[in-house]
Amino acid sequence: MAIGASAGAIQALSRILPELPEQYRIPILIVVHVPADGSDLPQLFRTKCRLAVKEAEDKEPILPGTIYFAPPDYHLLVEPDRTISLSLDAPVLYSRPSIDVLFESAADAYGADLTGIILTGANEDGADGLVAVAQAGGVALVEDPAEAFAKAMPSGALARCPQATRLSLDAITARLLAIEAS
Amino acid sequence: MDATLGDAVSEAIEDIEIPLLLEALYRRYHYDFRHYARASIKRRLHQAREQLGFASFSAMQDAILQDPAMVPRMLNYLTVQVSDMFRDPSYFRAIRETVIPHLRTYPSLKMWIAGCSNGEEVHSFAILLREEGLLDRTMLYATDINPAALAAASAGVYPLDRIKAFTTNHQRSGGKSSLSDYYTAAYGRAVFDKSLRSRVVFSDHSLVTDAVFAECQLISCRNVMIYFDRPLQDRAIGLFRDSLPRRGFLGLGSKESLRFSEHNRAFTEFVSDERIYQRNDQ
Repeated sequence: MAIGASAGAIQALSRILPELPEQYRIPILIVVHVPADGSDLPQLFRTKCRLAVKEAEDKEPILPGTIYFAPPDYHLLVEPDRTISLSLDAPVLYSRPSIDVLFESAADAYGADLTGIILTGANEDGADGLVAVAQAGGVALVEDPAEAFAKAMPSGALARCPQATRLSLDAITARLLAIEAS
Repeated sequence: MDATLGDAVSEAIEDIEIPLLLEALYRRYHYDFRHYARASIKRRLHQAREQLGFASFSAMQDAILQDPAMVPRMLNYLTVQVSDMFRDPSYFRAIRETVIPHLRTYPSLKMWIAGCSNGEEVHSFAILLREEGLLDRTMLYATDINPAALAAASAGVYPLDRIKAFTTNHQRSGGKSSLSDYYTAAYGRAVFDKSLRSRVVFSDHSLVTDAVFAECQLISCRNVMIYFDRPLQDRAIGLFRDSLPRRGFLGLGSKESLRFSEHNRAFTEFVSDERIYQRNDQ
């Protein structure tokens, strides 16, 4: 599962991640746009979540029941063997980490097994990535722009990716629980 | 065929084409990207294909095989990355405060900046060594596989608009002088003093295919191995192990570590937050 968010991300993620039970097995990879010397998101969410939360490390295997955050100033990619790669390639849409980079590589690695979720944000990073998720047969979900703190990112994703489903944060949480149960 | 299936098929074709293209580049020109981390190299190849205007990776492969002039262009897509001088200032501060006191005890020193790209890091080390009074007794090897990057590194010319960031980093790293002492500004460019490079040997060397060439007391190889797959990382780390004397130092990028390496027992963490390791007896 891959999640991308920018402005308003902490509040939105705080509505979703703490709801996931200890037994939740699907690994979750998250890109949030933060400044290069930005805040310690894994630390922040570790105290709120029942799942293991960590900063993604280069070449580590992606394990069930774990939430991985992209480190500030690095792109986060999934390799075909489902391990993590980091990169310092140029920012994409002024963003590093970039949601597109995570989603496109994760779509390659996971294909139809991937769920990609775009939450609140003020730029259009993530729209191309969500298209890649849908084209690989995965599930594309977008936070309803009407309730998002910043609308540009979810609106951009919905415009670019017509297959995507628009949902409230509570409905996204319910979907994540349902996907795990199925 | 519906659009979704068509996209899935073209994805699968790419997964055939990319390894073939990398094999062609290796067999024809001995540039070996076959064990680079696949997700990153794929993104870079996509950029190359789009910007060079090829319809497919197979068409680009054909051009590479037929036309050696394609090689430098491919290398610029596949290898070059922009770095900053004194990138991660706390790394250079740790080198200055905790590694330099050890290095100072040697009558002469060798250092290796592996994967030097356009030379920001080797200039940073030269300035740090000059400030610490060690440059005159140090030999620095700056290596890369990309001839264009080596040429840029040995020219030491950077756009003036990057100098502000370099200067801030230098100060944060504990710099004892002013960065402006080391360059002349002209025509929008900063030209770094050639005396900084008088102790530097710029050389073509591949961590993928070449061997150990010198014993070095310090090796700095930052944000190079994140582009390698794990077996290739182990090869490179093995080269570093064999190039370091006992108590020699290895500095990695801030998100790199030896934790997943088969060689990790040969090293001891020296400044763990800064990913500085020391060669031990094993």
